[in-house]
Amino acid sequence: MSSSTRSSQASTTLVHQPWFLFMVMAALLAFTGFAQSWLFALTIVQLCMISSIMALGVNVQWGYAGLFNAGTMGFAALGGLAAVLIAADPVPEAWSVGGAGIGLSALVIGGTIAAVILVRAKLGGLAGFLSTAVILIVGYLLFTAVFGPATSAIESVDASQTGYLGGMGLPILLSWLVGGLLAAGAAWLIGKVAIGLRSDYLAIATLGIAEIILAVIKNEDWLSRGVKNVTSLPRPVPYEIDLQTSPAFVEFAQNWNVDPVALASITVKLAFIALFAVVLIVLVYLSEKALYSPWGRMMRAIRDQPDAASAMGKDVKSRHLQVFILGSAICGIAGAMLVTLDGQFTPGSYLPLRFTFLIWVMVIVGGSGNNMGSVLGGFLIWFVWVQSESAGFALMDALSGLFADDSPMRGRLIEAAPHLRPVLMGLILILALRFAPKGLIPER
Amino acid sequence: MHDFANAFILLSNYVLIPSITYGSQLAIGALGITLVFSILRFANFAHGDTMAFGTMVAIFCTWGVQALGLSLGPLPVALITLPVAIAVTIALVLGIDKIIYQFYRNKKVEPIILVMASVGVMFMMNGIVRILIGTGDVSFADGARFIIRAREFREMTGLDEGLALRTTQVITVVVAGVVMAALFWFLQKTRTGKSMRAFSDNEDLALLSGIKPERVVQITWIIAATLATIAGVLYGLDKGFRPFTYFQLLLPMFAAAILGGIGQPIGAVVGGFVIAFSEVALTYAYRRVFEYLGPDGFEVEGLAQLIETEYKFAISFIILVIVLLVRPTGIFKGRVL
Repeated sequence: MSSSTRSSQASTTLVHQPWFLFMVMAALLAFTGFAQSWLFALTIVQLCMISSIMALGVNVQWGYAGLFNAGTMGFAALGGLAAVLIAADPVPEAWSVGGAGIGLSALVIGGTIAAVILVRAKLGGLAGFLSTAVILIVGYLLFTAVFGPATSAIESVDASQTGYLGGMGLPILLSWLVGGLLAAGAAWLIGKVAIGLRSDYLAIATLGIAEIILAVIKNEDWLSRGVKNVTSLPRPVPYEIDLQTSPAFVEFAQNWNVDPVALASITVKLAFIALFAVVLIVLVYLSEKALYSPWGRMMRAIRDQPDAASAMGKDVKSRHLQVFILGSAICGIAGAMLVTLDGQFTPGSYLPLRFTFLIWVMVIVGGSGNNMGSVLGGFLIWFVWVQSESAGFALMDALSGLFADDSPMRGRLIEAAPHLRPVLMGLILILALRFAPKGLIPER
Repeated sequence: MHDFANAFILLSNYVLIPSITYGSQLAIGALGITLVFSILRFANFAHGDTMAFGTMVAIFCTWGVQALGLSLGPLPVALITLPVAIAVTIALVLGIDKIIYQFYRNKKVEPIILVMASVGVMFMMNGIVRILIGTGDVSFADGARFIIRAREFREMTGLDEGLALRTTQVITVVVAGVVMAALFWFLQKTRTGKSMRAFSDNEDLALLSGIKPERVVQITWIIAATLATIAGVLYGLDKGFRPFTYFQLLLPMFAAAILGGIGQPIGAVVGGFVIAFSEVALTYAYRRVFEYLGPDGFEVEGLAQLIETEYKFAISFIILVIVLLVRPTGIFKGRVL
């Protein structure tokens, strides 16, 4: 491949050396620590790591196989939902009033699908069409008859506190795995339909599935409490308050002559970072292994020369489906980690800009096809994203100084500040695509 | 008979008229998407935000005209500011093409790169629109609100159900009719339109016969920007302007274009109406219609609504999925993707 020789020449310069770029990133974070605050810098690092994992997922799809997933947001939200379903306290009362109904509804759906499949296999033509229609109508009527009362019963159980089935009360770390599985399942469904058609279709279909996943999460209160949010999910690491009140911890802090309160916050953040680092390192290791294995070479061959790969006997469609599922699962894991970090699930906070588009900028800027590039992109772009918020406000504040104190322009400018971020990110994406399409760390 | 008339009016009021209006708006939007697709060969994600941008310009001009104390009587001022908005949007879109898309076209990159560039454009426009006009609801439909009021209709006909016909609904349908007729005339009868169709059909052959590709592309952008602005203004007049809703229109518009057969203008129109009708008809609560049609004293439990309104995106998505599964070329045999 001619581009690989070019990129290896380019990577001999200092700015394309991964270690140099990561040093720069570390320096930026250290500078934030000195200039702003160390707690702030650690908060950024936490989200940088989660962003890197999401970018890895998108890179597996786009960088390895050239699949454009415009629905990362949906897969991340499914991961978040997994955190709720696994770790939230169960609501036994809701289960007793509505659990049977929900179970029955699931049976009705399953039964309807099975009946349709059976009928389609046995009957063709008009008879098949009519009986399918009858089965679907009967299934729908049965479903609404069972499902409606069950959900309203569940939603009326102590609506201000619960009003949903709750989770399973299991350790939240388990949800990282389950989040990946949920996202993989959704990816399988959508991939079955849209993969194999032209790449634009996958983009449009994934854009749609993300909106639908969010619509379900926001409206099915019995499942996820919807926009009422699920708060106080358990943490895999100690709480600050427990550390501050633990005599051993306070003594330790005093021995080192630091404020126990500050030390407690830093300890908690570092504990999260350690957990995230384990996941990140494992995923990077696996991604690298995969990329430089025969499987990875096959994926890149399919990406660059689909017809030739197909002629060599590679099943392009099912390989694409495989890689699409893998990438989406990684996004699901990141989604579960994010909810774990926040300790709450807020469906209203999932916006395409933040959860789909930003991740794309990370992958493109970092270097599509290169896992280390995605990690770097995740760190760098998240850093820019966070810092540009305050920078945007500072800029608008300075600009508003040009107007009289009572000018309505002042308020308008401050109001407009948050919307500078999409403009900046759009600009970065366009500039990167144009002038550095291979990214900071190009594909090897 | 009386009951039947009541049921019919109820359906017209809440299903038929709204879906024809919404369908016209979607159809004009989907036409823009399908034209860009057939000439430039990529799915333009920025189309929804181009609509928002054009509408924003029309709103600013409308405010300007209103500040001068002028009005159009029963018609909304936006109708005369529309040409200005179209001109500004055309200038912007041509500028974007020159700065961003032309480069990739000359390099003959994969279409997906153009899709991504259009995502970048989408977010920049999205931010710019919000910076300039804010995120809130803007209602800019002035003039007479109704052509027929529900109460007047009831008095006139003696029925229990009233039919309300809003000015914006009539304007939408009339403007959409004119725009579509003009577009189809242009594509079928004029030399430029024919060269566009030739280019869409077979690029190499069109180049050989002396069609200038850059000119075709420019005209496509001009038409797309015009259609986007008109669709955006009509939608905004009818339902109020909120930047976020224009992003959400992307999915139904894509679904309409694909359903009709991508690259097929007539398909985009049919697709737009099918999507709109399905969305409205499936989310409408039919309880009262059934009560009119059933025997006297017949009561329906619940709303008799097939799908909750919150899931209306799901409808265009499901239609999209069915098309992709059953007939990926769409109704009118568009480009096989």
